[in-house]
Amino acid sequence: MDPLAAIKVTFFQECEEQLAELEGGLLAMEGGDHDPEIVNAVFRAVHSIKGGAGAFSLEDLVRFSHVFETALDLIRSGDIQADQETLKLLLRSADVLADHVRAARDGGSVDEGRSSAMAEALEALASGMGGGGEADTGDGFADFVFNPVTIDMSDAAAPAPDLSIEDLLARVTGEAASTSDVPAETAGDDVTWHIRFYPQVGLYQKANESGLLLRELARLGKVEVRLDASGLPTLQNMNPEDAYLGWSVALSGPTLEEASIREVFEWVEGDCYLDIVREGAAPAAAVAAGTAPAASIDAVGEVDVMALIRAAQAAEVPAAAMTPPTAAPRPAEAPAKVEPTKTREAALDAKAQAAAREASPQTIRVDLERVDRLIDLVGELVINQAMLTQRVAECGLQRASSVAMGLDDLEQLTREIQDSVMAIRAQPVKSVFQRFPRLVREIAAMTGKEVRLIMDGEGTEVDKTVIERLSDPLTHMIRNAIDHGLETPDEREAAGKPREGVVRLAALHRSGRIVIEISDDGRGINRPRVKQIAVDKGLISPETNLSDDEIDNLIFMAGFSTAATVSDISGRGVGMDVVRRSIQSLGGRINISSRPGQGSTFTLSLPLTLAVLDGMVVTVAGQTLVAPLTAIIESLQPKAADVRSLGPNAQVIAIRDTHVPLIDIGRSLGYRTVTPPPTEGVALLVEGEGGSRAALMVDAIQGQRQVVIKSLEANYRPVPGIAAATILGDGRVALILDIDAVMVPKPHEGLGAASAPAAGGFDPAVVPTSLAKVG
Amino acid sequence: MEDIVQRKTGDGIELISFRIGDQEFCVDIMAVREIRGWTPATSLPQAPSFVKGVINLRGAVLPIVDLAARMGMAVTEPNERHVIIVTRICDQQVGLLVDAVCDIITVDTGTIQQTPDLACDVVKTFVKGLLAMEGRMISLISLDNVLPTLEVEQTGAETASILAA
Amino acid sequence: MTKTILTVDDSRTMRDMLHLALTEAGFRVVQAVDGLDGLEALDAAQADVIITDINMPRLDGFGFIEGVRKNDRHRATPILVLTTESDTSKKQRARDAGATGWIVKPFNPEKLIDAIRRVAA
Repeated sequence: MDPLAAIKVTFFQECEEQLAELEGGLLAMEGGDHDPEIVNAVFRAVHSIKGGAGAFSLEDLVRFSHVFETALDLIRSGDIQADQETLKLLLRSADVLADHVRAARDGGSVDEGRSSAMAEALEALASGMGGGGEADTGDGFADFVFNPVTIDMSDAAAPAPDLSIEDLLARVTGEAASTSDVPAETAGDDVTWHIRFYPQVGLYQKANESGLLLRELARLGKVEVRLDASGLPTLQNMNPEDAYLGWSVALSGPTLEEASIREVFEWVEGDCYLDIVREGAAPAAAVAAGTAPAASIDAVGEVDVMALIRAAQAAEVPAAAMTPPTAAPRPAEAPAKVEPTKTREAALDAKAQAAAREASPQTIRVDLERVDRLIDLVGELVINQAMLTQRVAECGLQRASSVAMGLDDLEQLTREIQDSVMAIRAQPVKSVFQRFPRLVREIAAMTGKEVRLIMDGEGTEVDKTVIERLSDPLTHMIRNAIDHGLETPDEREAAGKPREGVVRLAALHRSGRIVIEISDDGRGINRPRVKQIAVDKGLISPETNLSDDEIDNLIFMAGFSTAATVSDISGRGVGMDVVRRSIQSLGGRINISSRPGQGSTFTLSLPLTLAVLDGMVVTVAGQTLVAPLTAIIESLQPKAADVRSLGPNAQVIAIRDTHVPLIDIGRSLGYRTVTPPPTEGVALLVEGEGGSRAALMVDAIQGQRQVVIKSLEANYRPVPGIAAATILGDGRVALILDIDAVMVPKPHEGLGAASAPAAGGFDPAVVPTSLAKVG
Repeated sequence: MEDIVQRKTGDGIELISFRIGDQEFCVDIMAVREIRGWTPATSLPQAPSFVKGVINLRGAVLPIVDLAARMGMAVTEPNERHVIIVTRICDQQVGLLVDAVCDIITVDTGTIQQTPDLACDVVKTFVKGLLAMEGRMISLISLDNVLPTLEVEQTGAETASILAA
Repeated sequence: MTKTILTVDDSRTMRDMLHLALTEAGFRVVQAVDGLDGLEALDAAQADVIITDINMPRLDGFGFIEGVRKNDRHRATPILVLTTESDTSKKQRARDAGATGWIVKPFNPEKLIDAIRRVAA
C-alpha cells in the first residue's frame, strides 16, 4: 500500500479511538466528574482528529472539528462552564463528529442540516462567553493542507551545501570579515542591512546556536560577519553558562526585506539583542528585550577566541562547554562534563511527577492473531499434558511416584499459563458499552422520550469474542427497553414518575460468569397483552394456565414478535427469540423479571471465555462426550423403582419427590435406537437455562476435566445437540453436549406429541418444561 | 492474488489425482493442504452418511467427507490404507477420504473437457470437467459443493412446533 | 552521519506522517507516544533533534521539554514544537520551557525539513 494511504487507514482507526475517548470523557463529565485530565483528554481527542484531518485535507471534518475544538478549549480554560445543557450539546456534537469521520472514511455524506446546526450551536456557545478567546476562531483552516505527494527531500535534508557552520565560524575573526559567495552578485540594486546580534544566555539554553542563525542569514544574501569578542571576560571571571559574544553582520542582496531577516531570528526573539538597520537609514533604536550584553562586559581577556569557539562546537553542550574558570587553565581542551547521577535524578524526577499525574498502566499493542496463536498453543499444551498424564497412568505408575508428582506440578503450571493467556484476551465490556450512550440519545430523540442511561461495571472483563458478540443483542434490548419499556414523559408524569426514564446497564462477575443486566423503570410487561399475542399466534392455547414469570418469558418464544407487534425502532425484523438464540450460542442464558408499573430487568449470564470449559467426560454408546459442569447438579445411579414410563416412549425419574424427564443421550443424539435399562447407566441431573431440570442418561462417567473448546463451525457447521468439540488426552475429538438442546425432546420421539401441529399444539402437560426452556 | 490470475490466464494448472474404487479424480493442487493417513474419526450426531465424523488436525477439528458416498457411490469402510486429503474450501478445511493418491499432474486448461450431459445431477454437482490422459479418464472435482450447505434457518413456526411438541 | 530525530506525539497518524517524511529525507527516527515515553526514549538513545507535540496524555509537551532541559545530556538538543498557527500563547509557553523553535501544523515535508535544518548543525 502507498505509505500515505496506510497512514490514512491508521488515522481512521485512531479517530475511532479518539471518538470513544471523547464520548467517554463527556459522559464522565455529565456524570459530575470534574477531573481536569478528563477535559484535557476530551480536548485532545478532537484536537488530534482535526490535526490528522488537516493533513489529509478532509475539509468538512477539519471545519467541524475546529469549531468543536474551539468550544472545548474554552471549557478547558474555564471560560465556559460545562453545565448539563452544554454537555448535552457536546455529546450531540460528538455524534456529528463521528458522522463526519465516517463520511470522510467511507465516502458518504453527513446530515448537512444537523451538522451545520450543531456547528452554529457550538459557535454560539464559544462566542457566548465574549468572542473567541485564545482559541482562534477563523484561524483559517483554508490553509490546512498537507501536500501528500512524495517529495525528494535529499537536498533539503542536507545542510546548506555552500556554507557549513564550521566554515562560517572558521572565517569569523575579531577583525577580518569574510564574504560568503552565495547568491546573486549583482551590486546594482542590492540592499544592505546591518544587523547587530548579541545572544543572551536564554538563547543557548533553548539549544539555539548563533552559528546556525548566521548560516541562515547567509542563505539570504552576501554576508560580512564580524565577531565582537570585546565582551569576553578573563577566564577567572568567566561564567561558562553565560553568553559573551556578539556579531555584527552586513547582509546584502537584491530586494531584501526586513521581514525575512526577522524571520531568521523568529525563534530567538526575546533571547537576544537584535538591531537591524538598513544601510543609509538613520540608526534605529535597538529592538530587543533584556539588556544589551555590553553591560556585563568588564574586560577584554587575552583568550584564543577561535579555540573557544571550536571547543563550543565540538562539545555536545556549547553553552556548558567551557570548563569552570577554576577548574582548568586550558579551556579549549577540556570537554564538557556531564554528571550522570544528577542527570538520572532529574529525569526520574520529571517522570515521577508525571506518573503521579496519572497512574495509567503500561500497555503494548499486540496483533490479535499472535494472541490467538498463543492461546491455541496453550490449548495444545493442555491437551498434550493430559495425554501425557493418561499415558503415565496407563503405565501403572503410583500416584505418589516422582513422575506422577512431577506431572501434577506440570498440570498446575499448565493451568496457570492457560489462565494468564486467557486474561490477555479479556477486555472490559466498556468497549461495547460505550456505543450505547449515542444509541440511547438517538432512540430517545426518535421516540420523544426522555432517557437517562446509567452504566455500571464497565470495567468488568470478559473474553474479546464474547464482547464482540454481545453488541447486537444488547443493542436490541436497549432499543426495546426505551421503545417498549419506557413511557412517554407525559405518561410518566401522570403515573407520578419523573419525566425522565432510566435505563440501567450493569455488568458484574458472578461465580465464574459475567452477568449483564438491562433494566428500565418503565411500565413493565403488559402480561394480558403478551398472553393474548401468544394465543393469537397459536403459541399457547387460551386455556393454558401460566404463572407471571412464564408469561413474561413468552416474549422469547420464536414467532412471538413480528413486524406487526413491534415498532420501527425495536423492530428491524428481529425478535427477542433471536436475542435469546445469540446469547445461547455464546453459552449464555437470558432471563426477564418484570413488575407492572415499575419496569423490567433482563439478566444475561455468560461464560467468561469461549476457550475453555470445565466438563464431565462421559461415555455414551461407545462415544466419549463432555457435559458442561456448570449445568450438572448431581449424578446418580437410577433405581428401577424410580423410573416410570410416560406415554409410549418417554420416561421420567423420581428424584426427591419431583419427576424429571429421563433422556437417553445416546438416543437423542441418534447414536442408538434402543435405550438400555436405566439401571445399567448413570443419570446426570442437569439444569437448563431458566431452571428446568432433566436427567440425562449416560453409560459411564470417566471424570472431570477442563477442556479446550474447539469450534465445529470453523470447518463444519453447527450440529444439533452439540455445543462444540474438544480434544481429549488420547488425541481424539470429543463432542461437548449442548445441554439445553438435548433436554428438548425432538418432535419424532417427543412425549407423545409427535404429530402436534404448530397452531394450537401447545400441550398443557408439557408447559413447565418447554416454557422453562424458553425462559 | 497475482498468482491465481496468472495461473488462470496461463496455460497449465497442477492437479492432484486420486483413486476411489476404479475411478480416477483430481483436484486443484492449490486447494490441497496436506495428505495424511486415516485415523479413526469421532462421529457426529445427525450427520449425513457421507460425513465420517471429525478428527484432530493439530488442534483443529477437521470434518472428514467420504467422497465416494458424497458422490452417490458406496459408503467407504475406512482402514489404515485409506488416505485423507486435507483441502481448503472457502475458509474451511475439510478432509476428503479417498482410496489412494496417485499423482501430481500438470494439464493445459484448454484440454479440460466439459462434463457430458448424460451424467446424473449428483455427478454434475461435483465433476466440473474431464481429462483424458494416457488412455485414462480423470474427473476434475469441484470442491465448492462437497460440504453440505447450511440448512435454511428454522422458521419461527418450526421452532415453535418443536417447543410445543 | 545519519541524524536521529526523536518524535513525540500521542497521535499515531502524526507519528506515522513524521516518520514517513523524515525517513524519506534520510533521517533515523525514534518515536515516543507521550512526554513520559519521550523522556524514557532519551534515557536510552541520543537524539540530534526532538520534535514534540504539545497536547499529550500523561506528560504534555511543556513538561517534556522541561524534563529534557533538566537532563545535562540533552539540554543542548534542539527541540521543535508542533503547534497550530493560532497558538501564540502555547508558543510562548513552549519557549519558556526551553523549546528551540516550532513547526506550524499542518506541515508539509519541506517545512519540516527546513525547520530541522535551522536548528541542526
